[in-house]
Amino acid sequence: MNFRNGPLALLFHVLFIGFILAPIVMVCAVAFTSEGFISLPANGLSLRWFKAILDNPRFIDAFWFSLGLGALSATIAVSLAVPGALALARSRFRGREALLAFFMSPLMIPHVVLGLAFLKFFTSAGLVGTYFGLVMAHIIIVMPYALRLVLASATGLDPALERAAQSLGATGWTTFRRIVLPLILPGVISGWVIAFITSFDELTMSIFIASPSTTTLPVRIFLQIEDTIDPLVTAVSAALIYATVLVIFVLDRAVGLEKLFVGKGR
Amino acid sequence: MNARLNPWLLSAPALVVYATFLVVPLFLVFLISFFNFEFYGGIEQAFSLANYRDIVTDSYYYEVYARTFGVAAAVTVVSLLLGTAEAYVLSRMSNRWKGIFLMVVLGPLLISVVVRTLGWALLFGSTGLISQGLMALGLASAPVNLMYSNTGVIIALTHVLVPFMVISVWASLQRINPSTEAAALSLGASQFTVLRRVIVPQIMPGILSGSIMVFAMAASAFATPAIIGGRRLKNVATAAYDEFLNTLNWPLGAALAMLLLLATVLVLVSANRMIERRYGAIFNQGQR
Repeated sequence: MNFRNGPLALLFHVLFIGFILAPIVMVCAVAFTSEGFISLPANGLSLRWFKAILDNPRFIDAFWFSLGLGALSATIAVSLAVPGALALARSRFRGREALLAFFMSPLMIPHVVLGLAFLKFFTSAGLVGTYFGLVMAHIIIVMPYALRLVLASATGLDPALERAAQSLGATGWTTFRRIVLPLILPGVISGWVIAFITSFDELTMSIFIASPSTTTLPVRIFLQIEDTIDPLVTAVSAALIYATVLVIFVLDRAVGLEKLFVGKGR
Repeated sequence: MNARLNPWLLSAPALVVYATFLVVPLFLVFLISFFNFEFYGGIEQAFSLANYRDIVTDSYYYEVYARTFGVAAAVTVVSLLLGTAEAYVLSRMSNRWKGIFLMVVLGPLLISVVVRTLGWALLFGSTGLISQGLMALGLASAPVNLMYSNTGVIIALTHVLVPFMVISVWASLQRINPSTEAAALSLGASQFTVLRRVIVPQIMPGILSGSIMVFAMAASAFATPAIIGGRRLKNVATAAYDEFLNTLNWPLGAALAMLLLLATVLVLVSANRMIERRYGAIFNQGQR
């Protein structure tokens, strides 16, 4: 059975896609202006503002900083999520539902609440403005995403495979490394990716605890926009969009965007 | 191996991190929301409900909360209508187009919210493309400035959050058996009746859970209201930010945030429970 969209549905679709793409295309277009102010590139395309990024170490430094922060917090979050997900997936025990809800709870908490909670806590603990504090805060924020995807792949695991490995004499660690990990690897990888992206894009919480030496890229861009919207910050944003589009293509081929976001699957 | 101890042992590392870096900070911020703040003396560690009383009685904060939840409700309604329609249209496309457009709709979720909001800021000004377009079409006689307006915040926030609505409805559309639609059509139902009586009831859990998600995220949004709404149109998140980082009245900022947290958790938990009770049979995915 094949259903088709009528002309009205297609018109709506075109408008909707236009709505989705409008601000993104706008940023990309304005970045090519040759003027010294915000304008569409009327007198030909110019790369002067992209060149200007290279002369502005603030944005470049923030980019590398965010990249490292995202990679580190995603890696730690996934290594915490894997044993947790295996526990939740393999056994029914008392308090299982509560434990799952607790692990997922950061999703429910507005990031502004987390931001000021961390600022207060770090001030009391002498961790304010430290890299360690920022990493721990990011781990809390990305954990639910990592856990959800690892859990989804661990839930489908056949316990007979582990029993088989152990009956053949494999130790617990060997069973994990040679049997369990390869089987849940798709979930681990997509969990890491979504954790990394969430950390890389996080603004609201980070802005509370970022210090001048620990400024992430979104915080840097936000502070710049609050100050003034100029072609430079537009060019930085456009460069970020191009990089993200590349990542989107790769992810869509490798994992499927739908899977990454729905993250269900039993 | 001790089967009973095992799951807790495996979860222990994550539990320790959560206890130290989630429970303790939240408890601390809950605690200081009861402290007093003096402009000259700083923060005084005395237990009182003064901050909460100030928020409840001050019409300024009443306005901030009303704006926050009003904007969130508007964003939810617009996202619900647009997102549900788009998910339905997508589901009826050939696989090739479906794949492409699903990527176009979901892709922006991976682009930083600050960057997406910047795009709207570029479009919104009185010399921006939207203003020029409206005037060229004769829909406006004077330049339209959507910057620093609630309408602007609603448009930009809808853009940020509508993909979540699409994916939520999309997921429940995938579970529909297409033969129910075919059966209704073959029994003489019109396309609209099929939509109203067959499709919508089946995707209701997706619509509802998507709406809750959008509402909660819109109510606690920060970047978009800060950039598009500016200093004048504050919502709870931007007001709490100002109390913490500009006025340095941490107790009041904490109380503002605690009320936002309370409202968000209440909405999420009660709505989830309602959905589970009504649609438990088809909505047993467990996690959101």
